[in-house]
Amino acid sequence: MELRLENLTKIFTNKTGIETTAVDKLDITIESGKLVGLLGPSGCGKSTTLFMIAGLVKPTSGKIFFGDDDVTKLAPEKRGIGLVFQNYALYPHMTVYQNILFPLENMDVPRDEAITRVKEMANLVGIGNLLDRKPSQLSGGQQQRVAIARALVKKPKVLLLDEPLSNLDARLRLQMREEIKRIQREIGITTIFVTHDQEEAMSISDKMVVLDFGKEQQYDAPQEMYNSPDNLFVAKFLGNPPINTFEAEVKKGYLTINDKKFMKVDLPDALYDIGMRPENFRVAEEGGFEVDIHNIFHIGRDTMIHFEFNGKNLRALVDSDDISHGQKKVKLTIKSERVYIFDKETGLVTNHG
Amino acid sequence: MADFIKNVKGFFNKVGTAIKKFFWDVRRKINNVRRRISNFLDKHNLNFANKFPGWAKALIYLSPALIVLVIFTFYPIINSFALVVYQNYNMTNDTITGYTIFGNFLTVITDESFIVPASHTGSSAVINTLIIVFISVPISVLLALFIAAALNSIKPLKNFFQTIYFLPYVTNTIAIGLVFAYMFKTEGGLVNQFLSLFGMDTEGLSWVESGAVYWRSMFVLIFYSIWSSLAFKIMVFLTSIQGIDKQYYQAAAIDATPRNRIFSKITVPLISPMIFYILVTSVIGAFKIYNAIVALFGVTGQPAGVDYNLQSIVMYIYKFIDGSNAGNLSVAAAGSLILFAIILVLTLVQMQVSKKRVHY
Repeated sequence: MELRLENLTKIFTNKTGIETTAVDKLDITIESGKLVGLLGPSGCGKSTTLFMIAGLVKPTSGKIFFGDDDVTKLAPEKRGIGLVFQNYALYPHMTVYQNILFPLENMDVPRDEAITRVKEMANLVGIGNLLDRKPSQLSGGQQQRVAIARALVKKPKVLLLDEPLSNLDARLRLQMREEIKRIQREIGITTIFVTHDQEEAMSISDKMVVLDFGKEQQYDAPQEMYNSPDNLFVAKFLGNPPINTFEAEVKKGYLTINDKKFMKVDLPDALYDIGMRPENFRVAEEGGFEVDIHNIFHIGRDTMIHFEFNGKNLRALVDSDDISHGQKKVKLTIKSERVYIFDKETGLVTNHG
Repeated sequence: MADFIKNVKGFFNKVGTAIKKFFWDVRRKINNVRRRISNFLDKHNLNFANKFPGWAKALIYLSPALIVLVIFTFYPIINSFALVVYQNYNMTNDTITGYTIFGNFLTVITDESFIVPASHTGSSAVINTLIIVFISVPISVLLALFIAAALNSIKPLKNFFQTIYFLPYVTNTIAIGLVFAYMFKTEGGLVNQFLSLFGMDTEGLSWVESGAVYWRSMFVLIFYSIWSSLAFKIMVFLTSIQGIDKQYYQAAAIDATPRNRIFSKITVPLISPMIFYILVTSVIGAFKIYNAIVALFGVTGQPAGVDYNLQSIVMYIYKFIDGSNAGNLSVAAAGSLILFAIILVLTLVQMQVSKKRVHY
């Protein structure tokens, strides 16, 4: 089912009357059966957006559509959603079986069918053998699976996940995100996934939304967004190690760094923010620009070098074979389409599509 | 005007800062002195505190409370076990005529008006107490639970209602008892006036005075004990309900859980340890009922001009210390031990029953 947000806005007012805009005029259409990641730093309004879709938070203005139905005013239980909370909210006094059965007990489902559905769902998420345990006897990953089973057992139209992996350790997180993807594929349910971890969002989402201060920054497929960020915020937010940024001037049609013509650009003369991703640098035999290496970090597959460029410390991630121990200088190149030039005022990218 | 408010605020800020600074310095000086004392002790090897083993230190710190407990709690408990084997103990000259194991218990058990209803009153202390316990405790626990749940779900005037329900807790029991006795007066009492509004014939309908039948007086007593014990229970339940993670309710809301199921399947199980605690302490408290009866019916537990008696077990025991049979402490001790045994057995039963129902 398609899910559409129209001009969705949430303003919180505290006791002293100060207003905080948590979500600002969000316009997003989520296609049926897709897994969409809501990504942003803490406090950017991503969970608020999710809770508004769930109906637990009332929007200040704007509309939410499930398919063609306007659900903005609908109570949460009438929306047909499944929600997985950040800390799962499994009922501690019920067994896994009772937890998964709970939503069905409130619905008009024959008992035999309910039991079959609980067992099917438990097997689908891989906890079929743990039905008699209490949540406190489960590991974090298992609790997570129970929470997903509980959300899915009533066959919701939309599955909402609120930072579902943030309470798991790093290894389990990798495993669970593959699991979530698999379960979502198998059921083909429209899913919204909130996270602050860009790597997580990129690896799991069909498309993702980056939010900052409640405003949509970009809505695109992960790799698209990574390769052509709309603005400086998205460029900085995606990627680990983060993108290198510094200021540089465009003079007479050339991007000029250190008084040298760096590359030809079709932009009016002004000061711009420049972004270059560490992994886009290449070590060159000839040409390129020579830099002084400050530090070399060998991190297995790649080597990270810190160097000074245009008065700023930048990072480059290069092939380990191209750098020898104790090397002082290196020549680097970067493709011109991998250089991002952002407008100083608006932060919007000027040289990408 | 705005300037004036600004000046006043500025003044208070300055005073506040000065006070904070003063206490900061005081703390610094105290710490300084403390440090110097400890340095001095270390230097001259006088720091005895470090020489004691852990348990000895614990004992020293616990001693003030322990001394009070030993004098006023442990000694009386042990002493009542000693008293119970004395025969014809005389309090005034501290003499006994011999020892007995079951004699005093037999005296109590066979005594009219303890278990056996007395011929002239038609009621006994144990029966009275059991009626109070088994009627007032379940009603008050359930009522407190519902009121707490209701208080938790209202938004406007929340604090106002919480105060109203908490008032009985801070009010003197005897004072409330007197007010109750006044409310249930035969002539012009509030309750009778209220009933006559509905066309009931309240002429000579007495509740706590002469002419009142046993169950009517008992009703007033139970009503009173429920009401006066409600406040504390509501407070405990309300705090524990407020401590429940809101996400459980959000999850339940998304699953379209009806209100009564949320209450019985989520709220009650999650606060079940508190419900159990309240149940056990209320049963114990109800068995020890004393001043409620005194407040309503006087020290004899017998409303004027009636032929029954509403005394409780504790009142029965107290009679042997300060009443018609004063001085026979051995019988009082036997009565207390029987009360203790009843409470112990009931508590053990409750613990057994609750094992499956309480979720920690």
